[in-house]
Amino acid sequence: MSTSAKYSGKTYTFNHGVHPEEFKELSSHCEIQRMPFVEEYILPLGQHIGAPSDCLVSKGQKVRRGEKIADPIGFVSVALHSPVDGTISEVGIFPTPNGQVLPGIKIKIDPYSTQRMDEAPIDLEDLDRKGFISTVQNAGIVGLGGAAFPAHVKFAIPEDKTCKYIMLNGCECEPFLTADHRTMLEYPEEIIDGIQILNRYLKADKAYIGIEANKPDAIEALKKIATTSTFPIEVIALQVKYPQGAEKMMITAILGEEVPTGKLPLDLGVLVGNVGTIKAISDYFRKGIPLMERIVTITGTAIKNPANVLVPIGTPMKDVIELCGGITDDAARILLGGPMMGAVQKSLDVPVVKGTSGLLALTSNEVRDLDEYSCIRCGKCVDACPIFLNPSMMGLLAKKGLWDEMLEYNIMDCFECASCSFVCPSGIPLVQSFRVAKGFLREKAVREKASA
Amino acid sequence: MIKTAKLSVSTAPFLKDTDTTPKIMFTVVYTLIPVLLVSFYYFGLSAILVTLTSIFSCMFTEWLFNKSEDRLQSLKDGSGLITGLLLALTLPPGFPLWMVFLGGVVAIGMGKAMWGGLGQNVFNPALVGRAFLQAAFPTAITTWSPPDGGYFSLRGTNAALPFLQGTNVDATSGATPLAKMKFDHVSTDWLDLLLGNTGGSLGETCGLLLILAGAYLLIKKIINWRIPISIILTVSVLSGIFYLFDPSIYPSPIFMILSGGMLLGTIYMATDLVTSPLTPKGIWIFGIGIGILIVLIRNWGGLPEGVMYAILLMNAGTPLINRFAKIRTYGHKK
Ligand code: SF4
Ligand code: SF4
Repeated sequence: MSTSAKYSGKTYTFNHGVHPEEFKELSSHCEIQRMPFVEEYILPLGQHIGAPSDCLVSKGQKVRRGEKIADPIGFVSVALHSPVDGTISEVGIFPTPNGQVLPGIKIKIDPYSTQRMDEAPIDLEDLDRKGFISTVQNAGIVGLGGAAFPAHVKFAIPEDKTCKYIMLNGCECEPFLTADHRTMLEYPEEIIDGIQILNRYLKADKAYIGIEANKPDAIEALKKIATTSTFPIEVIALQVKYPQGAEKMMITAILGEEVPTGKLPLDLGVLVGNVGTIKAISDYFRKGIPLMERIVTITGTAIKNPANVLVPIGTPMKDVIELCGGITDDAARILLGGPMMGAVQKSLDVPVVKGTSGLLALTSNEVRDLDEYSCIRCGKCVDACPIFLNPSMMGLLAKKGLWDEMLEYNIMDCFECASCSFVCPSGIPLVQSFRVAKGFLREKAVREKASA
Repeated sequence: MIKTAKLSVSTAPFLKDTDTTPKIMFTVVYTLIPVLLVSFYYFGLSAILVTLTSIFSCMFTEWLFNKSEDRLQSLKDGSGLITGLLLALTLPPGFPLWMVFLGGVVAIGMGKAMWGGLGQNVFNPALVGRAFLQAAFPTAITTWSPPDGGYFSLRGTNAALPFLQGTNVDATSGATPLAKMKFDHVSTDWLDLLLGNTGGSLGETCGLLLILAGAYLLIKKIINWRIPISIILTVSVLSGIFYLFDPSIYPSPIFMILSGGMLLGTIYMATDLVTSPLTPKGIWIFGIGIGILIVLIRNWGGLPEGVMYAILLMNAGTPLINRFAKIRTYGHKK
């Protein structure tokens, strides 16, 4: 059972939500360890949301660690860097974690290189706002919370909007995952520094760091460093509740305001970033390290030695898992990301990419396949939904294929947090059917627009 | 070595809460066991026979109405068992067994299967069965035997043959506290009501156990606290006003709450998940509506008992309540 320490001060939260078992104790005490270099790396060109990067290298070319190997195409796109000294062994198509086979670059490591990189800080004095944004883009930085949305796009605040608050997301409300926890504990200086760098350009009034109360050590560590900042940074302890780490839920918990439907946090003057993303900013501007490695939690009851590992982007998953002792014989599923919103990973012959926050191997004890019963209208899903939808009703409509009627129940506001499916005693695949319905409705809207 | 071949595939979420529908249903069943034992204590063999007949009839009908591939599932979810138990608890101990059987068939057949099975029905199945029996056999169902006599003697007309009206009206009919109140304005001591030392149906007699069972279900969050609270508060306040007005005609709130099917209905039937509204707002409307109807029917209706009809009427309103008592979606204006 989870016996994680609890923070004793005041905590904040949102309404509704669920309490899955945490399972954090498997890896929360494990110091971040560095993944040893392996022989080969595969770097898909499209690891982020937006246009895939443009390959700059060709077969046989020698590259240095940290060297840019692909350029962004357009604004919503980022650069890609080599994680090692080595040789390009192939430019072609490779299997990626999402199951697709996509263009990418394969690099063979230089076995004689020491893989050392000289620190090359960037002078902030000469950098204006525009320069800052393109520097972040060229550092290849994306949101490390899982979505892999290019960070600089968020930082480019439109003229008509202002950023009042920078909000750092250190909730990590998904069970099992501990990468953000360890990052906050081991790199509090870098995180606070990253906020200060960002604020040179955003000129916000204040920064908040939201952390779930099951990480009291991280809260303390950041609080301590935050006091050294002249720019006001407040560390806020949030109640342990899923999905506390969803952007909207964290904003509501901290500011007490709701993000209006169809609007962005920025409409409330809030810019939200993951703690790892902000650390990546500090890493690039202070040391010249682009986003070529990330911290990944390798855990689950079917992993022999759970760990938090600093993995070079492009490392094959099977090598990372082997570092952690491999998976046990009773493994039932391997997941990418957390168990609430993550995806099943079918093959381990794919690389760790920028959006890989966790790799989980679960046994059938956790992954229970329940018999499905009829909806007994117990209302548990209604009490769970953080967006205050009526999943019970939407589930009945989905079953009948009445997707248009689901619009009346605001189905499009559902952000697929899966709280409803988690609590449903009848084992009804609620969120699963909402994903299908939303896809259908989105497509239909596009089609109608096209024919109008 | 890493083996991935046997890894199965599905979509998130991969964790599940521990409550399952059968678990919820069987918790309800377990809380009814003490109530049953007390009725066996007061009414002996008769109570046992009525209960067994009702359960058998409900489960049999459930089995009969389901497609063969769903049969096991429908018995496993425990909901038929609950209907059987609840129906039995609303019946007088001396009720002819063949009528009990018929009531069970109607409860499941018309109360549930006809609507499409578990979760689809609008009315509480046990109450549908009970309402049918009330309409079809008005004499038999108001023939109450007082809680005395030996454990092994059959009360009333348990063994009556089908359609040969064997109800001997003037034999043992001890009036229930509600009837005494209604027709003679005689109240029954509330301590007797609490302990079950009165005439009535199997489950109506021991208020104390029902209150304890209800508390347990509330703590376990199996039933929504808003339902019993809103019904009991409404009944107390309304009947309290009438009682203050003229205590010689109107019963006291305590009597109202402890007598008849009030507790059984409030705790086990109004709270039926399927037939009560989904949203908190809807639930308050539902509970207050039941409370008002109970007081109206008991004080001015032709029947001493109003709980059953009050619940059935509000069941009928539930789809409508669900439509209108919507919750405001996050980020939307009122
Ligand atoms: S939690 Fe499941 S059974 Fe309960 S109301 Fe929602 S969909 Fe129906
Ligand atoms: S998945 Fe959608 S409907 Fe279900 S709880 Fe989350 S937001 Fe609500």
